Amino acid sequence: MAYVAIADRDHEQHLHDPQTFIEKYIWSQDHKVIAIQYGVTAIFVGVIAMILSVMMRLQLGFPDSFSLINPENYYQFVTMHGMIMVIYLLTALFLGGFGNYLIPLMCGSRDMVFPFMNMLSYWVYLLSVIILLVSLFVPGGATGAGWTLYPPQAISDGTPGESLGIVLMLASLGVFIIAFTMGGLNYVTTVLQARCRGMTLMRMPLSVWGIFVATILGLLAFPALLVSAIMMLLDKLAHTSFFMPAMISAGEQLEHTGGSPILFQHLFWFFGHPEVYIVALPAFGIVSDVLATHARKNIFGYRMMVWAILAIGGLSFIVWAHHMYVSGMNPYFGFFFATTTLIIAVPTALKVYNWVLTLWQGNIHLRVPMLFAIGFIFTFIHGGLTGIFLGNVVIDLPLSDTYFVVAHFHMVMGVSPVLVVFAAIYHWYPKMTGRMFNETLGKWHFWMTLLGTYSIYLPMHYLGFQGVPRRYFAMGNTDFLPESAQALNASITISAIFVALTQLIFFYNMITSLRNGKKADSNPWGATTLEWQTPDTPPKHGNWGHDLPEVHRWAYDYSVPGQEQDFVPQNVPASEVPVGRDHGVHH
Amino acid sequence: MTITLVFLAVIMATVIGWLLRQSLNTQPWVSDSVADSFSGASLDTNSKTVGLTTFLAVATSLFALFVSAYTIRMRVADWSPLAEPDLLWVNSAFLVLASVVYHWTRNRAVAGRTASLKPGLMVAGALSIMFLVGQLVAWQQLLAAGQYASSNAANAFFYLLTGVHGLHMLGGLYVWARSAVRAWTGADADAVRLSIELCTVYWHFLLLVWVVLFGLLLAT
Repeated sequence: MAYVAIADRDHEQHLHDPQTFIEKYIWSQDHKVIAIQYGVTAIFVGVIAMILSVMMRLQLGFPDSFSLINPENYYQFVTMHGMIMVIYLLTALFLGGFGNYLIPLMCGSRDMVFPFMNMLSYWVYLLSVIILLVSLFVPGGATGAGWTLYPPQAISDGTPGESLGIVLMLASLGVFIIAFTMGGLNYVTTVLQARCRGMTLMRMPLSVWGIFVATILGLLAFPALLVSAIMMLLDKLAHTSFFMPAMISAGEQLEHTGGSPILFQHLFWFFGHPEVYIVALPAFGIVSDVLATHARKNIFGYRMMVWAILAIGGLSFIVWAHHMYVSGMNPYFGFFFATTTLIIAVPTALKVYNWVLTLWQGNIHLRVPMLFAIGFIFTFIHGGLTGIFLGNVVIDLPLSDTYFVVAHFHMVMGVSPVLVVFAAIYHWYPKMTGRMFNETLGKWHFWMTLLGTYSIYLPMHYLGFQGVPRRYFAMGNTDFLPESAQALNASITISAIFVALTQLIFFYNMITSLRNGKKADSNPWGATTLEWQTPDTPPKHGNWGHDLPEVHRWAYDYSVPGQEQDFVPQNVPASEVPVGRDHGVHH
Repeated sequence: MTITLVFLAVIMATVIGWLLRQSLNTQPWVSDSVADSFSGASLDTNSKTVGLTTFLAVATSLFALFVSAYTIRMRVADWSPLAEPDLLWVNSAFLVLASVVYHWTRNRAVAGRTASLKPGLMVAGALSIMFLVGQLVAWQQLLAAGQYASSNAANAFFYLLTGVHGLHMLGGLYVWARSAVRAWTGADADAVRLSIELCTVYWHFLLLVWVVLFGLLLAT
């Protein structure tokens, strides 16, 4: 269908009409192409980060069996694995990838409101990725300071990559933040101003709510990372003393005086904790939509789900210091943060109850996206419960430097969001590509991934209780540990390799289905939201053909009593729906 | 961090309060003809204004965090306050005037006076550039007096805060240059009005930030 210019209220948005291959697929201003560029780049670096984690596990499971891995490399693997997974994979994929793809389609817009800036956002993101990857190959290698980059060690002698690696890391973060800000301004403005007629805020699917609030968090929190990155760069390059205290290194007094490493920790975690929710809120939103669609049931407590997203977003700014209980802070200060941390569990638990209640008496279809969404509920509950342990100061102090913490945060913000990423990719794959994936391979992928990750992270909790220290290259003088701890470590490593290899099934499925997959209907899951109602699959430039859609209902009219079909799309007017509606029975 | 927290509390309270007001007392599962006729834009303005306002929140967050870092770092014993060059008063005057002239130009643009655009933009731009040059001269004076960034954290913060503020001004000047080019190539008041209006807001914002930063530098 030829794209014809803008309808009514879109007059201020001049959608350009790309003609050449380069305009359509490389320097594209189309949100869908940008989304896929973001997604592919993010997954590419994610695979690198996964390989790095396997390298770490090889050393931990089979110490000193691999000459390739020395302590310096090990710390570089740890650092790059963490940083890539949190920022360059998850943040970029959820907001740059799914945010870009879903916001305009779910809101009924033709594109983002600032398409050029949106395009720029991706290319600047790619630049930040390139700077990051270059740092792996410079003299001295990438930084090995741990993903939190704490000074003074991050920029002091003895830390791997303290010369060039850390400088490139900080520069890459700065560039990433610029890219994110350009994208984020687009997401916020598009959600606020460019929805289609009838799409009130409370008719928006929860995916959009999650991405929207996460973007606001990102816009306000990333500056804290930028501030700390700039100040640390100056400490490194201009020999200022923002964070660097007076130090003696190799017998020599350094020129720094008086800097405050704790200040860095405050700034870093002021970003770092909202960052958890920047990743989690889009996942919460997406999983809500996947569950409702495949359970053929309206999401339980829609309004509460929205308010919980807002409450979590607000609270996420006042819990940061629970990452710093061991920094020697005032116990009253710690008490305050323990309290806020436990309060944030309330809206979070509320969401979990609502997901489970959405499933209750639903007509559950255990298709691949649904399996991943249900898997997420399990891993998120496990990760969330250990979070309640660690949120308390007295429990955190002994556990803080053990594998218990590693297990906790991998369950809650590693495995859980990644399961949602898979759920989302499988769920929207038919819309993005116009093809169905192989269901059987998808199910194998799910079960092997879920059971595999459990066999990685569940034993880590026990290791943590036994006192196995995290961050160590080798256990060293730890006689208090039984021999079996090492056996468990070896088994964890084997599971990690198993899970890493399992992802090959996913990639094989996604790539071969592009060509061989069955042609997808425009709405294979029978979903209500607007992206499934486009005139073309995959949607063309401008998304909606001649006329923008108009919305007449919320996003969750599944199994409405008295209806023939078990779903009513959002753009179906009340007049076209036979009797039985609006008696309030379905809530 | 108190300053940042107060700022963020205000922003989050505004955002969440507004969103809650939109969402309270709604029953989205019930068919609703009022909602059906909702235009799709939540705010009664254009996208660029929303974009700029959002960006100002981001920039404020950035400066609030710098100010927080400043107030935390200055409590350490090695802090020795910097004697700011008097030139900063002159620079501040340039910035105030730039803001005033931009505002005047905006009023003329809104009134449709195309003839006033060129002189208005020229003077506002020139004053802003003089502000930036003045800031660089102030740096020069400090360096000449041996006050390097590495000498003391107070110095480092001076260079950092003025530098980041100056970079924001440079970004503003890029947009200023774009509207100037359009004004000079014959665009009328209506065509560049929005761009000038938004720049005016941005200049006022930069002035406000500067007043806060300058006050902080003088007071400590």
